[in-house]
Amino acid sequence: MKIIRSNMQNTKELRAVYVDTLHELMHDNLQIVTMDADLVGASGALRLFKDFPNRCINMGICEANMVGVAGGMSLTGKIPFIHSFAPFISRRVMDQLYMAGVYSNNNFKIYASDPGFWAIHNGGTHTTMEDLAITRALPNITIFAPSDATQFAWCLKKAANTYGVFYIRAGRKGFKNLYDAESNFELGKGIVLEQGKDVVIFAIGEMIAESYKVREELIKIGIEVSIVDMFSIKPLDIDLIREIVPGKRLVVTAENHSKFGGLGSAIAEVMAESNLAVPLLRIAVDDRFSEVGTQEYLQKLLGLDALTMISKIKEKLFL
Amino acid sequence: MNNLLAKEFSKKIRLETSKMLLKRGFGHLGGSFSIIETLSVLYGFTMKIRPENPSWDERDWFVLSKGHAGPALYATLALKGYFPMAWLMTLNDNGTHLPSHPDRLKTPGIDCTTGSLGQGISQAVGIAKSFKMDEKENRVYTIVGDGELNEGQVWEAIQFAAHHKLDNLIVFIDENHKQLDGFTKDILNPFDIRLKLESFGFNAIRIKGDDESLIKQTIDKCISIKNQPSAIVLDTIKGQGIKYFEELYDNHHIRFTGESEVELRKMILTLEEELLSEVKI
Repeated sequence: MKIIRSNMQNTKELRAVYVDTLHELMHDNLQIVTMDADLVGASGALRLFKDFPNRCINMGICEANMVGVAGGMSLTGKIPFIHSFAPFISRRVMDQLYMAGVYSNNNFKIYASDPGFWAIHNGGTHTTMEDLAITRALPNITIFAPSDATQFAWCLKKAANTYGVFYIRAGRKGFKNLYDAESNFELGKGIVLEQGKDVVIFAIGEMIAESYKVREELIKIGIEVSIVDMFSIKPLDIDLIREIVPGKRLVVTAENHSKFGGLGSAIAEVMAESNLAVPLLRIAVDDRFSEVGTQEYLQKLLGLDALTMISKIKEKLFL
Repeated sequence: MNNLLAKEFSKKIRLETSKMLLKRGFGHLGGSFSIIETLSVLYGFTMKIRPENPSWDERDWFVLSKGHAGPALYATLALKGYFPMAWLMTLNDNGTHLPSHPDRLKTPGIDCTTGSLGQGISQAVGIAKSFKMDEKENRVYTIVGDGELNEGQVWEAIQFAAHHKLDNLIVFIDENHKQLDGFTKDILNPFDIRLKLESFGFNAIRIKGDDESLIKQTIDKCISIKNQPSAIVLDTIKGQGIKYFEELYDNHHIRFTGESEVELRKMILTLEEELLSEVKI
């Protein structure tokens, strides 16, 4: 692992990272194919369809069949990358992911785009807050929730070069750049971005940027905050949790996902089974649905914004 | 294809399937029996296979989308020499190589894991599409149940196969007219399956599914059709080949006790005697 921090500036859209990275991968590896379920316009993969017409398939609005076809193609040695909006490539195709994917030990990779509040104006119907919960329960799967362009590109390359089903959830828009392009990650290893003795925040995706805002605020009142990027949801870096939690006043988890079954649940499980008796605050979506709105509106509505985080952390710390 | 040899192979598959089910005491007899003649023609006289090398690059592939007919496929594979005949007596045993539904990770010769209905055919069309992309000669065969056609995913796969002109694919529909809870027409009328497939862009033919020679001729005809996938609708009887089980109403999954056990044992003896006398001739 080689982590070089970047400047936290906005970077190119993640969907462009998807296309550019796949372009490079498809150029180098003739076994890689790309499939989309009538969302090429949304993923921006048209360039791949233009440059590799024989290895790109628009499946039509047939997500179940897309997963099955991907499984079948992988049996012959192909490495399919398939894309749809996160709800339609997770909860809609759960049995297909099981049968044609993990249970059969097949080999394909999923870009589940716009999870959680990223559905913005597509609204509650297009929102998945449960994809990590249901995919985590599958054996024989790798799950990544990358937090910037560099890490997303690394995840895609890792998936291409490692046998098995990979579920990669990421927005389509640009995230603030955390990592320099020279950074190198490790499957199953979290990244300690900041050290602070009082509170540790385990976060994924866009919630890392929120965690930085929280850190800047809390230091003003003398609370030191550690920030850990837990992009590898499965396998999870259990050793790192056991190492970093003891001695903290509060453990916070932050995710653009339901409180049930996601990162917060995973870390709570590890803490409970490892006898790590530190207070826990899970910043995640309560037992509710999302709705239409802007990103800012939805983040606030769902309690995933820095201000809500700060007030909940203070409450937990009796401040 | 030698018709007598084909009929003999069908008999052997039916005998071994019956012995497996008797040993286990229960199982999916109805839907296993209705595809035996087709398996016999495919594995005995049609597909390019090397049982001693199940992953041979140039082989033809088979996907049993109606995975509950696993016992008939296991009997066929054992008779072809993919694995020892003795394994057949371990069907559904704890830790077996032969689970009720085919598992490519457990059984030599199983190309694709199936059992959750509607999904095998998607993988089959994916396999066929791969071979087309690579301009390879391998052919893909899959058997889908008529009850399985209830699953919407089947029609997604059918439409994909037609759109991509997968002429290296033959889809068999085992129209045995029954599903778990009764007659297909009573539960969810499939209407005219052949017409439906044709309207989806398939070269679709309906034949009697217990006639090896007709099955073989039809497959050969389908192989000659270019730029279009083919479907062969097999008009079969659930429990095909044994009158008692054909007439048994509830014959999807049978527990062999009392009369059904007596009939199964009787059938095994008859098939053994017939096969023995054929050898003498």
